[in-house]
Amino acid sequence: MPKKEVLLEINHLKAYFPVKRKSMKEEKKVVKAVDDISLEIYRGETLGIVGESGSGKSTFGRTILKLVEPTEGEILYKGQQIQHLKGSNLQKYRNQMQMIFQDPFASLNPRMRIGAIIEEPMALQLTLTKEQRKKRVKELLQKVGLAEDAMHKYLHEFSGGQRQRIGIARALAINPEFIIADEPVSALDVSVQSQVLNLLMDLQDEFQLTYLFISHDLSVVKHISDRVAVLYLGRIVEIGTKKELYANPLHPYTQALLSAIPVVNFDEPKQAIPLQGELPSPMNPPVGCVFHTRCPFVMGKCHQVRPTMQEMNEHQRVACFLYDK
Amino acid sequence: MKNVQKFAKHTNLIIGLLIVVGFFSVMIVSFFYTPFDVNVMNIPEKLRGPSSVYFFGTDEFGRDIFSRIMKGTQTAFAVGILTVVIGVTFGILIGAIAGYVGGWIDEICMRFMDALMAFPGIILALMLVAIFGPGIVNTAIALGIIAIPGIARITRSGFVQHRDAEYVLAAKLIGVNPFKIMFRHILPNISSQIIVAATVTFATAMLAEAALSYLGLGVQPPNPSWGRMLKDSQAYLMSAPWYIYAPGGAITLLVLGLYMLSNAFRDFMDPRSKS
Repeated sequence: MPKKEVLLEINHLKAYFPVKRKSMKEEKKVVKAVDDISLEIYRGETLGIVGESGSGKSTFGRTILKLVEPTEGEILYKGQQIQHLKGSNLQKYRNQMQMIFQDPFASLNPRMRIGAIIEEPMALQLTLTKEQRKKRVKELLQKVGLAEDAMHKYLHEFSGGQRQRIGIARALAINPEFIIADEPVSALDVSVQSQVLNLLMDLQDEFQLTYLFISHDLSVVKHISDRVAVLYLGRIVEIGTKKELYANPLHPYTQALLSAIPVVNFDEPKQAIPLQGELPSPMNPPVGCVFHTRCPFVMGKCHQVRPTMQEMNEHQRVACFLYDK
Repeated sequence: MKNVQKFAKHTNLIIGLLIVVGFFSVMIVSFFYTPFDVNVMNIPEKLRGPSSVYFFGTDEFGRDIFSRIMKGTQTAFAVGILTVVIGVTFGILIGAIAGYVGGWIDEICMRFMDALMAFPGIILALMLVAIFGPGIVNTAIALGIIAIPGIARITRSGFVQHRDAEYVLAAKLIGVNPFKIMFRHILPNISSQIIVAATVTFATAMLAEAALSYLGLGVQPPNPSWGRMLKDSQAYLMSAPWYIYAPGGAITLLVLGLYMLSNAFRDFMDPRSKS
């Protein structure tokens, strides 16, 4: 495999939110939604981010776009630092990336016509005449599999899957290179999910897009991703190529997650690894390894020291003491 | 049961609309025609009972009460509309900024609104009219200022609810400026709540104008005002009891119509009430 170009590099990214205190006496608390995440995304690939709800995966996506201010850390886009950008410089950066949102009922303005929704980003960020924009709206609608006359309609005339297609068309309107898809199919029916996923993959081929695909659904991530990162309480516990990670999960959390995917195979009954307890509060994460409260292989060291990411092989990195050499 | 509820919904709209549109037509007509001149006195004819000539009788100066009620709709609507315009404009502006920007700006705006709300409305209006002087415009300005906090609160809560919505994030991402996000994206989505509040404000303003005029601080004579007529009629409660019915009835009917209309608006626009 040829060495790939790094499109986006993230170093030690943190996003903390202060918690409102009930009284002045209480100590200041923060929610560590994103806690020291480092990874890189290569041009043209799809990086899947999985994690349970509350693991900070959506916040991570939003921090990259600076919709959430990063508390610490670096975001490098094509080698350029962008975490300090503001105003028009920030907009220039954002124009190269777009976001597809989870809930197609909330992410589109119900008071605007479809044409206006898709046209708006072009009108603001591209220098096109009105006719050119209209033409492009029609093209985009066609690309995402909707009829041209949809542009004159309002949202309530469309189903969830169709709305998500409209959201995708809007995201594509200003020719971005990088798209953050924040649970784009979790609000949809299973039958519609695969249609939208396939549409996303087709568009990726056509426009050479790079995706950051956030989801809690392991099967969906497996379908679309090239590489996968597993998030737990705002930290990456394991990252690797899809093949390696699904075939040979290293971190106990990944193992437990994968064992929970339902499979129809009666010859080889799977052993599900049950996880004890609940996801700890990100306001007060466990000291040491964040996963030690629920880990079946917990050791003494896990209670005190935080494991760092270590390279296991060419394709896989994991943060776990089980693999200390 | 369902049919009864459905009917109730529509009766609100139909009756409310009939009353308000009826009064509005009377106002339009009163610009061009009233049976008698509203300000010309005719002492020999004073305090006549209702008849085919004077539908609602005459007042203590022999003026036709029916004509004065007709002319009084102008005052009522002028004060109502002006109040709503002032209250809604500033209420939306303050509420939108407070709700969208948040933080200490929100605190300052809303605490100021709370302070304004803490005053009993009529006392505040009295004070403002005492400062600016009586008259239709000043009354409306005073009532408009009183209406601001209510509208601002509703607008603010709507903006707080919507400012983190995904469609707003999407708009931010493509570089829509904050002003446009506030007024082109968010405002249309909460306009229904504001319209309901504005209708109630209209009715309240009309009542308050009547009250102020009753206290002698609103519209000044000889301009006809329902509140003023109510006050004048009081002295003749024993000798000419019909005098009080016309202004009292007019106020009650129009306020009732407006409240019914606002109820109907709420029912039609609230998605939760649709089953």
